[in-house]
This record gives sequence, structure tokens and C-alpha cells, in this order.
Amino acid sequence: MCVAVPGKIIEINGDKAKVDIMNNIVEVNIRLVSVQIGDYVLIHAGCVLEVLKKDLAEEILWMFNELQEGANENSSAG
Amino acid sequence: MRTLQQVKNELKDYQGEKIAIMEVCGTHTSSIFKNGIRSFISPQIQLISGPGCPVCVTSATYIDKIIDYSLQENHCVLTFGDMLKVKGNNLSLTEAKAIGGSVRMLYSPLAALKIAKENKHIQFVFAAVGFETTAPIYALLLEEIIKSKIKNLKLLTAIKTIIPAITYICDNEKSIDAFLCPGHVSVITGSSVYNDLAKKYHKPFVIGGFEGEHILAAVYEIFQQVLSKQYSAKNMYVSVVSEDGNQKANAIIDKYFKHTDDYWRGIGVIKKSALRLKEEYLDFDAGSYFDEYLENSPINCRCKDVILGRINPTDCPLFKRTCTPLSAIGPCMVSTEGVCGIWYKNREVQQ
Repeated sequence: MCVAVPGKIIEINGDKAKVDIMNNIVEVNIRLVSVQIGDYVLIHAGCVLEVLKKDLAEEILWMFNELQEGANENSSAG
Repeated sequence: MRTLQQVKNELKDYQGEKIAIMEVCGTHTSSIFKNGIRSFISPQIQLISGPGCPVCVTSATYIDKIIDYSLQENHCVLTFGDMLKVKGNNLSLTEAKAIGGSVRMLYSPLAALKIAKENKHIQFVFAAVGFETTAPIYALLLEEIIKSKIKNLKLLTAIKTIIPAITYICDNEKSIDAFLCPGHVSVITGSSVYNDLAKKYHKPFVIGGFEGEHILAAVYEIFQQVLSKQYSAKNMYVSVVSEDGNQKANAIIDKYFKHTDDYWRGIGVIKKSALRLKEEYLDFDAGSYFDEYLENSPINCRCKDVILGRINPTDCPLFKRTCTPLSAIGPCMVSTEGVCGIWYKNREVQQ
């Protein structure tokens, strides 16, 4: 039930915005966030829950850098 | 320097003591199967599902009540699709519809506003079920109901908070060594809620995203914490989860809801695990406070043991025999995020 999908803000009208979710244009509520056109957002049940801070690729890259650091720390400690 | 392949080898070749990692989000359970995460890790690292499906832990008494509403004259129940098939003590909403009940499925609670405005002669009841992720949207719905002076739309709430459930499991189920914390609940609560849990229970609490890479990275983080015996809360879904969570969402939740004890189907009462409308908003509540909870548990159904991580669905005597998604006996087989349903649909993957 907590499924959420990413989308991109393309138009803002007061408390509502149009978002592009994989080429589908959907109207969502933006009362829970501060957004600008062009922002990538996380959408759940017709509402934007959060603005995506980085793109996913960057996050995964970050994760694996972290992993590597963790592994290096462990190996140097051991 | 280690490569990703070496990381995978480490997880696969591990032969130490068993590490039991509980995920408390149905979407994680599903993604673990879809991405074949178990095939990347040693059998000694066990991925165990917890009570991460709100539909599965909604009391049968609540479902009976929402069904009663659907069958009352001039009433209509509005709900997410997940709630349609799960049975109360007698019927499901789908079965109620078949005998004349009025039920409409919506994708967003906010869509209820337009429907209520256009059908003033019908009293609508929204089945407000969910966890922290969905709670602020119900608060937004209530705010709009008040602002637009809508008289024919009320909420029957069964909104639960997952953090008290995790605490309950830490206190009562000693076999769980670590938690893969829910990504989208944490968007609202923030990552800081897990700091005290990690300190108190000396276990890893790692927030993960939903892609295969996210989950594998979170599992590896847990693995390293267990090996080094250095336990902490760690956020590995930083693109959307902040330390303090969504402040606007928390403010609107606090404005309309208060924390009360709640009954979890199959588990019992968990302290301060519900969000219910505050007294001043009870005019908009369709009777969410129950004096007692009746539950006719199906004979031999082990849903309780499944959601507490004591057994896998395949250990239940009914699984795949008499209990299937098309003819479900326990709630965990019904919902798309229910543990048994996910195991059933992905059984090829497990083998």
C-alpha cells in the first residue's frame, strides 16, 4: 500500500501540479512539499510526498562508493 | 579496493552464524523476490517478512464495520483496491458488493471530494487504511472536507504506525537480528526515528530503497554491522528520506490525528500504534473507536506466525493447499502486499 512512483513536475497550479510519470500526465496534490517546475518528485496516492534530491543513478553510485569504503575500512581494520 | 563482485562473493560465501533480517514493508518483500536477492546471498542470511502490509493487519472487526456501511441504504464505501478482497469475520467488500453493497475503488483519497460533491444524497465512508506514508493524505482529505463544508463524506480510520510495531517485535521476537526499514514510511517519519531503536536494541536498522541494488546495498550494510558488532541506524535511501522526514506532512498529521493503542490482526494490541482523529474532528469520523475486537481466526491459519517472522509462508499447513490467492483463507494471502500472496506468486523464484 505504500507504493510510490517518481515523476517530473511540468506545471503548477496552486496546490496542484501536473506531473509526467513515464510519459503519462497526471494531476497530483503538492500541499505536502515545496516544488518547482522540473523537479523530480515521489508520488503516493495522488500526492507528492517528497522532492527527489538526487537522481537514482547518483544514489546507487553513492551507495556503492559507501560500500567500498566500508569494505576497505573493514579490511584495513582486519 | 574491493569490487562489487567481491561484495557479492562475501554475501554468498558467508558461513557464520545465521543472520535474520526482517523487512517490514510489503513492497520490499515483493522486490526481494523480483530481483532474486536471495540468490545473491548465503542461506545463512535470512530475509524474513514482518507486518508490512496494512491490509493484512487491519482488524476483522473494522472490515465488518466497513462492510455494514456498504450495505446500508444510501451509503457508499470508498476504498483503495487492496482492501476489496480481504475478509472480515464473514465477508469481504467484494462479496458485499455482490449482494448489493455499494463500494467504489479509488487511487487517491482526494478523489473522494469530487465524488461526494457530485452525489450529495449519498453518505460516503472512506476506508482510511494505511501506514505513516498514507496518513498525511488522509489529513489533507479531512482538511478539504472541512474547508469545502462537505457533509456527506466521513473517514473510518485504521491508520497504523509501523515504528511501534517494530518496537513490539524487538521486545517479543528475539530471533530477529536486524531490520531493513521501510523506505516510504521513512520519507514521512525521517531516518532519526531509528537511532534510539538501534541504541536500545543493539541491532542494525537500515533504510533501503526498492531497486535490487538498493536492497542488496542495505543487506550488505547490515551484514557488515553484524560482523563488526557495531550497530547503528543508517539511511541508504537518501534521495527521498531525510533525517527529520517531511515536516509539512508531520504537521498536518499532528493537527488532525492523535496516537492511540490499536489492535493488529493476528498480533493483538500494540501501544500507541494508531492514528485516530482527535476529539474535535469526530464529526468526520464514521466510528473508528471500537470497544472490543472480534476475530474468528480460520483454523490452522498461521498468518500471525508469518507476520511475526516465526515461520515462512511455506511452513503453514494451508499454504498452496487450501489457501491460494483465488481462494484465500488468511489475510496475508489476499492482499497484493501480503507475505503469503507474494510467496505464492513467486514460488518459482524460491525453488
